[in-house]
Amino acid sequence: MTSIILLSVLGIINLFLGFLKSKRILLPLVMLFLAVVFGVNLLDWNNTQTYFSNMLTIDNYAVAFTGIMTLTTLLILPFSQNYIDAEDENLAEYYSILLFSLVGAIMMVAFENMIMLFIGVEIVSIAMYVLAGSNKHSLRSNEAALKYFLMGSFFTGVMLFGIVLLYGATGTFDITEIGAAQVGADGTTNTMFVMGLLITIIGISFKISAAPFHFWAPDVYEGTPTLFTTFMATVVKTAGVAAFYKLMAGAFDASLASWFPTMIAITVLTLVVGNIGAVMQPSVKRMLAYSSISHAGYLLMTLVSFNDFSENALFFYSLSYALASVASFGVLKLVEEERGGNHSFAAFNGLGKTNPLLAFVMTVSMLSLGGIPLTAGFFGKFFVFSSVIAAGNLVWLVALAVVLAAIGIYYYFKVVIAMYLQPAGENTKVSASGFAIAVLVICTVLTILFGLAPGLVSHML
Amino acid sequence: MITALLLFWPALAALLVLLIKGQGAKKVAFVAALIEFAIALVATLGFDSASGSTQYELNTPWVASAGIGFHIGMDGISLLMVLLTTFLVPLIILSAFKHDYKNPNTFYALILFMQTGLIGVFVALDAFLFYFFWEVALIPIYFIAAIWGGANRIRVTIKFFVYTIFGSLFMLAAFVYLYFQTGATQLAAHSSDVQAFYQLALSSDTQSWIFWFLFIAFAIKMPVFPFHTWQPDTYTESPTQATMLLSGIMLKMGIYGVLRWLLPVVPLGVSQWDELVLILSIIGIIYGSIIAIRQHDLKRLVAYSSIAHVGLISAGIFTLNEQGLQGGVIQMLSHGINVVGLFFIIDIIFSRTNTREITSLGGITQNAKVLSIFFMILMMGSIALPLTNGFIGEFLLLMGVYKYNAWFGAVAGLTIILAAVYMLRMFQGVMFGTKSEHTNAFTDLTLNEKAVLIPLIIMVFWIGLFPNTFLSISEPAVGNLLSIINR
Repeated sequence: MTSIILLSVLGIINLFLGFLKSKRILLPLVMLFLAVVFGVNLLDWNNTQTYFSNMLTIDNYAVAFTGIMTLTTLLILPFSQNYIDAEDENLAEYYSILLFSLVGAIMMVAFENMIMLFIGVEIVSIAMYVLAGSNKHSLRSNEAALKYFLMGSFFTGVMLFGIVLLYGATGTFDITEIGAAQVGADGTTNTMFVMGLLITIIGISFKISAAPFHFWAPDVYEGTPTLFTTFMATVVKTAGVAAFYKLMAGAFDASLASWFPTMIAITVLTLVVGNIGAVMQPSVKRMLAYSSISHAGYLLMTLVSFNDFSENALFFYSLSYALASVASFGVLKLVEEERGGNHSFAAFNGLGKTNPLLAFVMTVSMLSLGGIPLTAGFFGKFFVFSSVIAAGNLVWLVALAVVLAAIGIYYYFKVVIAMYLQPAGENTKVSASGFAIAVLVICTVLTILFGLAPGLVSHML
Repeated sequence: MITALLLFWPALAALLVLLIKGQGAKKVAFVAALIEFAIALVATLGFDSASGSTQYELNTPWVASAGIGFHIGMDGISLLMVLLTTFLVPLIILSAFKHDYKNPNTFYALILFMQTGLIGVFVALDAFLFYFFWEVALIPIYFIAAIWGGANRIRVTIKFFVYTIFGSLFMLAAFVYLYFQTGATQLAAHSSDVQAFYQLALSSDTQSWIFWFLFIAFAIKMPVFPFHTWQPDTYTESPTQATMLLSGIMLKMGIYGVLRWLLPVVPLGVSQWDELVLILSIIGIIYGSIIAIRQHDLKRLVAYSSIAHVGLISAGIFTLNEQGLQGGVIQMLSHGINVVGLFFIIDIIFSRTNTREITSLGGITQNAKVLSIFFMILMMGSIALPLTNGFIGEFLLLMGVYKYNAWFGAVAGLTIILAAVYMLRMFQGVMFGTKSEHTNAFTDLTLNEKAVLIPLIIMVFWIGLFPNTFLSISEPAVGNLLSIINR
C-alpha cells in the first residue's frame, strides 16, 4: 500500500521537478524514487493487509508482482538517455506518466474488488495511450496511439459491461463474494453470470494481447517509441496476466466448467498466432511484438492449469520474460537509434563484430525467450510446463506448446544469425551510454543466474 | 569430487582461453584438454570395475524446493563415454592447429565449453540435470558450425538446431511427466533422480507414449532413420572439428540417452516398440550404406556411412541382450575413434588439394606412404576387419541382433559387405590410380598430423586386440542395466 501512495506522491513531485532548468537530474532522481519504492514494497512481505474496506489486498502475491514490475520499470528508464540528450521538454511528464501507470499496475495485482480492477486497468491504459503517441511528429506513433485508444476504449467498455453483468447476477463487486455466489443453491450457474464472466475474460484478453484480440498489438508496438513499447511488453503484460490469474483462480475457480473451454481456446490461439506470426515478420520490433503475444500464451498456460504450482510458475516466467524483454528491447532501441530508426533484421547484421557485448546480451536474451538452458527462460518454460502437466489431462497442450517453442527458436535465431553470421556491411558501431550498458549487463547476469540457480526465486509464493 | 572436477574444468579453461588473444589460445586449449584427459585417467585408475554401481557420486540439492538435485556420478558405461570424450577432444583441438581460424580464442573456448556439456550428459544422474547439459552441449556446437562453417552454413545449421531442439523439448515434456509420477502430491516429495525414475511402475499405455517422447529426442541426435535428414548437410558444411565433435562424441549422447534414460525407465514401452525400432535401424543401415556408395564427396560419404554404423548400434541396443548392449557400448568407442580419424584424413586431403571429390583425386599413395597406411588402418576399422576395433563391436552387435531375430541379423549383416563396398571404392578412388592435377604435389603427413593420427591408430588396435580392457569396465554396468530392465 505504501508503494501506491509513494508512487503517486513521487509522480506529482516529479512533475514539479520538470520545471527545473537541468533535466539531467531527473533520471537519477526517478531511479532513486523507484529503488525506494522497490524496497518499501518488500517490507509488506508476509504481512497481508487489506485496505479501503476490502478494496485492495496487499498479500505476497501482490508484493511479488509489484516487485517484478517496479524492477522492470527501474531497468527500462536508463534507455531514455536519448530523450535527455535531445533535451525533450516533456521528459518529466513521461517519467511521471510511467510512475502513475505503475500505480495502476499495482492495483491490478492487488485488487479485491472488480471496481479496483477496472480502475487499475484504466490507469494503466490511459497512460499507455498517451505514451504510444508521445512521438508527436511521427505518423506511426500517432497511428499507434489512435489505434490503441479506439480499440482500447472499446474493450474497456466491453470489460465494464462484463463486470456489470456479474454485479447483476451476484449483487456485489467483491471478488470473494462473487466467488461465493457463483454457484446457486441448486448447483447451477446463472446464465447472466456466465455471460458476464466470458465478457470480462474478453476484455482482459484484449489488454494482454491474447488472440483473437491481439490485432492491435503488432502495429501499436511498432509505432510506439521503443522505450514505451518495452514498458507495454513487460510491465503492462505482467500486470494483466497477474490480474487475470488472480481473478480466475481467486474468484471463479468454482465455475471452472463454464469458462475453461473459452480459456483453453484463447490460450491455444494465442500460442499459435504468436509463434506462427513471428516467423514471418520482416523487422525485429514486429517479431518481438508477436513473440510477446506468444509469451502471453505461455503465461496463460498457468491459468488453465491452475494448481499449487501455477502461481510460482507464473511468477518465475514473468520475471524471466521481463528480464529478457528489457534486454532485447534495450539492444533494439540502441541499434535502431544508431541506424536512423531502422529496426529490420538487417540492422543487426554484423553486430557481433562491431559490438560484441551488445550482441552477447541480445543472444542471451534470445536464448532465454526461446527457453534454452543456462538461461532463466528455460526454467520459466519448465515450471509452466510442469504446472500444466501436474494438472493431469492437459498433456496435449504441452505437446503443442513444445512444437511451437521449437518454432520460436527459429525466429529468435534469425537475430542471432544476423548478428554473428552476416557481414556488417555499412553498419557502424552502436554507441551506448554507460547507464544502458549497466542495465543490459544486469539483465544478462540475472538471466544466467536464474538459469543456473532458479531456486533463489522459484518457490517463494 | 573428481566427477565435478571433470565437469567444470573444461568450462573454467574455456573462460581462460577466451581471454587469450591471438593464436596462443590453441596451445592453452590443448594443454587444458590434456589435463582433462589426465583427470579422466586418474578416475579410471581409481575405478572399481568389478562393481556395476555408480562411483564418484556427488549429490547436492540444486532446486531444493522442487526436489531437483545436482546428482552426478559414473558407472562403467559413463566412464567409457567420459574416456572417449576426454581422449578425443585434445586430438580434435590438435587437429585444428594447421588451420588459422579467425577469432581463435572463441573457437577453442567453444570446444572446451562444449566438452563440459558432453561430460555433463554422461555423468548426470538427475533427469533435469541431464536435459540441462544436453542443451548446453548444443549451443557451442551450433556456433562453431555456423560461424566457421562452409557456404550453406546458415541454412543448414539452423535446420540442425531447430530439429534437435524440437526433439529434446519432447524429452523435457516426458521428464516433467515422469517427475510428477514420482512421490506423493506435494511438490517436495517429487524427485527427478534417476533412481526415482527407475522405480516408477507406470502402466503399459503410459510407457508407450512416453517411449516416443523420449525416443524422438535420442533418435534425432543419433540419428536413426527417418530422423537423419539434418545430418549429412550439417556434417558436410561444418568445419572439420565440428564434424568430429558431432560424429565422434555428440551422437553418442543419443545412444547413451537410450541406455540411461529410455530402456530402464520405460521397459514396458520398449517391449512394445523394440521391433519397430530395430526395423527402422536396419533400414538405416541399408539406406545409409547404399547412399554412401553413390556419394562423390568424401565428407558426405563418411557422413552417410555414419548413419549406417549408428543404425547397427541402435539395433544392437534395442535387442536388450548382453551381447547387443556390450557391443553397442564398445562400438560407440570404436565408431568415435574411426570416424574422427576418417574426417581428419579427409580434412588433410582437402587442405592439400582443395577438393573432396573422389573423381578429382587419385594416386595419393605414390606421394604419401604414411598417410596411406594410416588411412587404410582406419578404413579397415570402419569395415570391421578382424584385429581392428570395428570387428569386436560389430561382431557382438550382429550376434545380439541374430539372437533377437535371425532374419534381422542376416539383413543387418549386410552392413559389413556394403561397408567394404563404399569404403574400398573411396580408398581406391582417392589413393590409387593415376595422379590428378590436384594430387600431383601431394606431401606426406606433417608431425602435427601424425601426432593426431597415431593415438587413434593405437586405439584401433588396442580395442581390436585387447577388447577386454574396455568390455570389463562396462560389463557390470550393463548387467546392472539389464537387471533393471528385466525387473
